[in-house]
Amino acid sequence: MTVRVDLPEETLAGVLAKAFGNRSFLIGFAITLLVAAIALLSFVWTPYDVTKLVIADKTQAPSWTHWFGTDHFGRDILSMIMVGARNSIAVALVAVGIGMGIGVPLGAFAAARGGLADEALMRINDLVFAFPALLSAIMITAIFGPGAVNAIIAIGIFNIPVFARVARAGALAIWPREFILAARAAGKGMTQISVEHILPNIATLLLVQGTIQFALGILAEAGLSYVGLGAQPPMPSWGRMLFDAQTRMVTAPWMAIFPGMAIIVTVLGLNLLGDGIADILDPKSRRRR
Amino acid sequence: MSLLQIENLSLVIGGTPILKQVELAIAPGEVVGLVGESGSGKSMTALTIMSLLPHLAQARGRVTFDGIDLLAASEDQMCALRGDDIGMVFQEPMTALNPVKTIGEQVAEGIRWHTRAGRAEAEDRARKMLDRVGLPEAKFPLSRYPHELSGGQRQRVVIAIACALKPKLLIADEPTTALDVVLQAQILDLLRDLVSENRMGLLLISHDLAVVTEMADRLTILRGGEVMEAGDTARTLSAQHHPYTRELALASMHVPARPKKHLAGSARPLLEVEGLSRDYPGRRKSLFRAAEPIRAVDDVSLTIEPAQSVALVGRSGCGKSTLARMILALDKSTAGSIRFRGETITGKSEAELKPARRDMQVVFQDPYGSFDPREKVEKLVAEPLHLLETQPSKAERRELVAHALHEVGLGPRDMDKYPHEFSGGQRQRLSIARAIITRPKLVVADEPVSALDVSIRAQILDLFAELNQKLGIAYLFITHDLTVARAMSDEVLVMHEGKIVERGRTADVLDSPRSEAAQALVAAAPDLHRAIARRMQEQG
Amino acid sequence: MATYLLKRLIIAAITLVLASMVVFAVMEILPGDPARLMLGFNASADQVEQLRNQMGLNAPLVLRYLHWAGGLLSLDFGRSYTYSVPVIDLVGERVVVSLPLALIALALSTVIAIPVGVFSAGRQGRAGDTVAMGAAQLGVAVPNFWFALMLIYLFAVWLRLVPAGGFPGWGAGIWPAVKSLLLPAVALALPQAAILARVARSALIEVLNEDYIRTARAKGLPYRAVLWRHALRNAMIPVLTILGLQFAFLLAGTIIIENVFYLPGLGRLVFQAITQRDLIVVESVVMLLVAAVIAVNLLVDFSYAVVDPRLRGRQ
Repeated sequence: MTVRVDLPEETLAGVLAKAFGNRSFLIGFAITLLVAAIALLSFVWTPYDVTKLVIADKTQAPSWTHWFGTDHFGRDILSMIMVGARNSIAVALVAVGIGMGIGVPLGAFAAARGGLADEALMRINDLVFAFPALLSAIMITAIFGPGAVNAIIAIGIFNIPVFARVARAGALAIWPREFILAARAAGKGMTQISVEHILPNIATLLLVQGTIQFALGILAEAGLSYVGLGAQPPMPSWGRMLFDAQTRMVTAPWMAIFPGMAIIVTVLGLNLLGDGIADILDPKSRRRR
Repeated sequence: MSLLQIENLSLVIGGTPILKQVELAIAPGEVVGLVGESGSGKSMTALTIMSLLPHLAQARGRVTFDGIDLLAASEDQMCALRGDDIGMVFQEPMTALNPVKTIGEQVAEGIRWHTRAGRAEAEDRARKMLDRVGLPEAKFPLSRYPHELSGGQRQRVVIAIACALKPKLLIADEPTTALDVVLQAQILDLLRDLVSENRMGLLLISHDLAVVTEMADRLTILRGGEVMEAGDTARTLSAQHHPYTRELALASMHVPARPKKHLAGSARPLLEVEGLSRDYPGRRKSLFRAAEPIRAVDDVSLTIEPAQSVALVGRSGCGKSTLARMILALDKSTAGSIRFRGETITGKSEAELKPARRDMQVVFQDPYGSFDPREKVEKLVAEPLHLLETQPSKAERRELVAHALHEVGLGPRDMDKYPHEFSGGQRQRLSIARAIITRPKLVVADEPVSALDVSIRAQILDLFAELNQKLGIAYLFITHDLTVARAMSDEVLVMHEGKIVERGRTADVLDSPRSEAAQALVAAAPDLHRAIARRMQEQG
Repeated sequence: MATYLLKRLIIAAITLVLASMVVFAVMEILPGDPARLMLGFNASADQVEQLRNQMGLNAPLVLRYLHWAGGLLSLDFGRSYTYSVPVIDLVGERVVVSLPLALIALALSTVIAIPVGVFSAGRQGRAGDTVAMGAAQLGVAVPNFWFALMLIYLFAVWLRLVPAGGFPGWGAGIWPAVKSLLLPAVALALPQAAILARVARSALIEVLNEDYIRTARAKGLPYRAVLWRHALRNAMIPVLTILGLQFAFLLAGTIIIENVFYLPGLGRLVFQAITQRDLIVVESVVMLLVAAVIAVNLLVDFSYAVVDPRLRGRQ
């Protein structure tokens, strides 16, 4: 993989001005903020208590009292979606953290060192890429039993080579630049150059990849929970809600529609945010407009 | 009657005026040079003729080719003209060809498209064209891919594509800028021959006054999108009526004032290189056989005296830059030794190299690529201070940076700016400020002026000369440009295929080269004096 | 060319060996004794020990790995702990559902995505491009199993055009079998197609800015011709990369989608095996899927060489 790294020549004010003129960024940012706010709000307030089962109210269609309807235990779908957002965001965020925290230093190191270290990293990358997150999750579940932590580990492990690749490709594009040679002529070592010059210049690349992996993480978590490898009941999670909805499609389609919408909106928001950031900071895409 | 007539052409792209009332005419079989510095609108003039402008461009005025109004022509009409009646050659041969198609396909494609010829016939014509541009069948069958060709060979393919249908007009936009002088001379010869064989009109776009003078009957000088002066090449350049023409001509031939050095031979050399070689791993031919290494630098020995300025010249790919990087301890040597101030630096660890690095700094070619765009000038220029034994305080650091900036003609207020706020010439000054901040004894400069416009180049050469005198810094000047070597150096080293083939006093080597490689370089190097003199002679 | 292919082949083989070690190691550290599991909790310690010896579970680790890996090579995956039939038979029955599903989905996704990508790149910034890329943006965000639920609701429950799930088996004829795979394939393919279309578009736009496109235009080729003849083939390289990655996602997606449509594929098998702690089946299915992913990536590497002559390298 090769990437072109355009070194933006911008001041913060210029970047901000452009951010406010970028539709993708604005919409994506607003949605992401909204989802995060809802997740936080769910800690202090939800319309109904999601731990209380009210069998009398089971599978009610959307109404003014239950905007998104209720599930087969009479729980309020809207409240469950709010609480489920926590789980989705937490899993995806930690998984991105694992991927970045381990993958970026590995990738930067491989690019700086080259040779055998680089080759070894790429081979390990190939190996991890051969295990899609679902397969790792299946294996981990087979060992430890199902749970949200397994989902985090499985998705996080898969994120490591993703970030390692991006960081490596970005760093490889910057190492031959003359300003790196100048820094070496100034006696700076591999680590110092990586920290002072390489990482700041690939930060944009990593940020964009971070939003993409965040979105993919939310999708993956939903999938794992859906097949029972992720969050376990009674913890509400979007994937689990869809599993419960599956057998009730005919009688209570709202049980499937709204959690799905929650996933779509969140992922859409993150993707738009990532596109927006890439647009704003990539001089090439701007020229094309 | 003119083949191409540009009248009152104005071009605006996204609100920015690019061209203002440009006038230009080319008669059939005539060579017209379009000269200007970067941003003068030369290339945009060419793209306007081709109708290949970016989307938001708006052209006004009149461009008539062979009786057709090009600005009013439909896209279909333009497609019929492009490649058939108007051919174009571009600057960058390395990227101008489609990497996944064979050269045969790419030359034949235009022929098939315009003449509706069958595959066999088109390939036949493509073959003849490639033979004509100097790519014979035996070594360059149609089935070759671009990556199997060198830069000069690829440019020949691009010329074959452009001239395949014997266009009435050929536009060549900096066709030799990316090539070394020897290749440049060959490509210019080829263009000259093709033009006279087929009575093509040629619009030669170049920043190099010497190249245009050698090639063009008439020239037009462009600056900031406006025509400064136009006319007969010899007369325009000998009379130099227009101040800008004079400025350009003077800058092209500029030699900084440098007092003659009388070197005390007894002093110990500053730099001694002995038997230095560098191998690179070659391309593997088989998984089971070790690849044969490629020798980039081959048994090189040289010395540089304190305060001496030495130029290292040679064709591209001869190993100049590899040698420079080894001297700077940025690349490892395969064999041989480098002594700097009497101490061996080959094989030393980064920590042991610190004192040597302090006394040996570097200036690179690309004024845009040599700075981290995310740092302010203060930090960038101060970077080598890292090499000092005791780190200066913040105030001392600013003081040192301010002083270095002052020495290169910049002000202390420039310290808090980002590199992108400076022009190319100013950035090269920043580069020099960074190089001299530790008061080095030797500065290695790798093509330090070749990315700059001629007028800026003259100023930077002056600065180099001044610092050499004032601070007693020795230079190793790596350049492909013999004018620069002549202007800047006491001695010249000629490098060819990894070896130093000639060494001597600058004037001696450049005036009467002894080695074959040096002779080829000198013969191919464009020289404005010589070119004007020849033109004057031809025209009486 | 041979050097490049050979190198890729060796890398793939190494990856496969390493992956098998990982799978083997994971299964080794699992709690639970398969012999005990097979015999039930009433069996005596002697009986268990006897079976352990019989199954080779008491041999040294390295020998057991070699025995297992050797078995994989000859398609001998061992016997299921719960069903006591060869795993290969169980897997074989299921592969004929999962593999066609993944392949149909891959084909569908490619057939939709490439034309959309070319269409959009050709009309960059205009209305058609905006609509197509808006739809793609949305498509990327849709989880395939949710999309599957909606498809079932729409086509099976509401319009009653196709069965809501189940699989009649290939014995029932090609068409009924394919028909029951159609909806799952669409559910899998569309979100992937959205990703692929975006990649194809941006790869094309990137390529359209290259110098050689200008050379082709200067030859007199119209924009459309340049797009198809010069840009598309160069843009195939990133598209192929994504296609390779997508196959892994499709396989994983198959496992999930099978649960939505009650298809008797590998996914259902593996989940059953997990609940029954039939670990040798889990191990085999995971190994099989990993091998498939590695094989597809090898195929992608080979196709790079077809598209890009620089990888073939003469001399």
